[in-house]
Amino acid sequence: MAIRERLSGNEATAIAMKQINPDVVAAFPITPSTEVPQYFSTYVADGVVDTEFVAVESEHSAMSACIGAQAAGGRAMTATSANGLAFMWEALYIAASSRLPIVLSAVNRALSGPINIHNDHSDTMGARDSGWIQIYSENNQEAYDNMLMAHRIGEHPDVMLPVMICQDGFITSHAIENIELVEDDKVKAFVGEYKPAHSLLNRENPISVGPLDLQLHYFEHKRQQAQAMANAKKVILEVSEEFYKLTGRKYGLFEEYKTDDADVVIVVLNSTAGTVKYVIDQYRAEGKKVGLIKPRVFRPFPVDELADALSKFKAVAVLDKADSFNAAGGPLFTEITSALFSKGVFGPKVINYIFGLGGRDVKSNDIEIVYDKLLEIANTGKVDSVYNYLGVRE
Amino acid sequence: MAYNLKEVAKKPERLTGGHRMCAGCGAPVVVRQILKALKPEDHAVISSATGCLEVSTFIYPYTAWTDSFIHSAFENTGATISGAEAAYNVMKRKGKFEGEAKFIAFGGDGGTYDIGFQALSGAMERGHDMVYVCYDNGAYMNTGIQRSSATPKYADTTTSPAGKKIPGKMQPRKDLTEIMANHHIPYVAQTAPIGNMKDLYEKAEKAIYTPGPAFLNVLAPCPRGWRYNTPDLMELSKMAVETCFWPLYEVIDGKYIINYKPKTKLPVKDFLKLQGRFKHLFKAGNEYMLEEIQKEVDSRWETLLKLAGEA
Repeated sequence: MAIRERLSGNEATAIAMKQINPDVVAAFPITPSTEVPQYFSTYVADGVVDTEFVAVESEHSAMSACIGAQAAGGRAMTATSANGLAFMWEALYIAASSRLPIVLSAVNRALSGPINIHNDHSDTMGARDSGWIQIYSENNQEAYDNMLMAHRIGEHPDVMLPVMICQDGFITSHAIENIELVEDDKVKAFVGEYKPAHSLLNRENPISVGPLDLQLHYFEHKRQQAQAMANAKKVILEVSEEFYKLTGRKYGLFEEYKTDDADVVIVVLNSTAGTVKYVIDQYRAEGKKVGLIKPRVFRPFPVDELADALSKFKAVAVLDKADSFNAAGGPLFTEITSALFSKGVFGPKVINYIFGLGGRDVKSNDIEIVYDKLLEIANTGKVDSVYNYLGVRE
Repeated sequence: MAYNLKEVAKKPERLTGGHRMCAGCGAPVVVRQILKALKPEDHAVISSATGCLEVSTFIYPYTAWTDSFIHSAFENTGATISGAEAAYNVMKRKGKFEGEAKFIAFGGDGGTYDIGFQALSGAMERGHDMVYVCYDNGAYMNTGIQRSSATPKYADTTTSPAGKKIPGKMQPRKDLTEIMANHHIPYVAQTAPIGNMKDLYEKAEKAIYTPGPAFLNVLAPCPRGWRYNTPDLMELSKMAVETCFWPLYEVIDGKYIINYKPKTKLPVKDFLKLQGRFKHLFKAGNEYMLEEIQKEVDSRWETLLKLAGEA
């Protein structure tokens, strides 16, 4: 029987980690992810997990210790936000290229400067090309469920890549919601035991990790890494299907909300999708055909599936909670439009809004502005501005 | 076990030949001798910071390491090895690892005194059962002899060149061994192995088999950076010790022990004159530099004598 609880996103993440019972957690405090290692260290102190908690002196060392632990044959986990993730940047690439399936709870927060502790996606978007699988979560339940699936995805022999599970700082990390937990024994059975083919602690077969890799082999290794990311898509779907059988909660590469007969849709990550769903219900009551596509998996980017799903709409607005400062569009927008173009989908008019930077509140009337603009574009077929800002004074 | 050269020489090499370190380099000699201090039955997990040692011993698809080895980046060796040690503790508790594994990290002075200093300090403070070995050649040699905080004052390097107005590096060398001793870890030692292989072996054995963190600071001359005649390596290493530029000492649970006191402390210029990086110190008009370096060596030696209760 599933357990009904009321938990914050950080608590839910920490409980998932307790149930996973990793070998090593190495973490450094940074708002708003601090609570994750904080809760977890109480499990260590009370002896309810077998984990070694390494209270490192920086996030760079957190990721470096995870690299050492995972290469040694253990399961290693960490949690961070914003500047912490940025400080890990160098080691993120090394973890991925060393094919170490570390799992990281990324509690999204605006990247300095100026310093700001509130939510946007500038941190994980900055790490989007680091070789990590990135899965985004709308609410506490999704943050918990995605965490339970992370190891199965990353550790799959066709993948062997690190995974970050993203959720919105404060909005879901600190807000308490009803949640359904899976029983400990079921989690244990679902996640399974980690048995890497090679490890530093396999004394029968010592290995060297992290070579100088020059012109003769580096490119082949990068090609293999790219293939692993491509392979991850199928594995994510398989693991999600198995999770559905276990819990009844269904996950794909992205979620579609009321898109069947929609003329226009918003594409947005994480918690804002909840606000968008609320507006959709209001607009639907007025007979307006609006819908939502919420990408869950950003890395690997589901190019074919998203291009196909978006092809039937008249107008699409991609909402980016991070700016690329390229004077052209946010990261989600450029990837979506690139997917449409490369797949020969030229039907929908696509516009972009940068929104919510530094935790700027996103209210239902902000979303209404976007839908009204989309409906106007659908009617007129005219786009006056592609790259826009939402909810900013200018 | 008392040191026996013949017995130690018979032990198998754990860093094999075929690596690409320069002839006359101190670093591989240091590594081989330290690894000989391991019990043959113990598995070792060895980590290295980015640097000459790493890029010359593990060039894909070849490795010179017979034990398990990991390199991740320049500044994080202390953290990387501490993660491996943490995983080992869990696996040992769960009965997933038979026997003993030992954790040894190597870094040059750039990767240790400078960019890797924070990760090293953190690892030592957290008390991991590991040894961190700095092979100190006093500059960033891998990238082409740039000054580090281990570079001695007035040394001519490519980023502290002895120019017309500025005569080399203007700052004194950081005393990392002292800083590590002040971490109050169970074992800290400093040695200059060439000519003192027994001292290095014994210190390595203590460092590896003392539970908890240990730090070894090992002088490892670099023929390219120091610009000495390669066959002078032995003489140079000897002079570092005989002049008290690089005293041999250890700190065991806070207690200082000087392992060697020269009968006649030689002037530091006898060490400096063998090296091209100090050539400009011997030009007429630059005597003040030699005097200043001598004063600093004397002062540090006096401080050490006091710490060891011998002053």
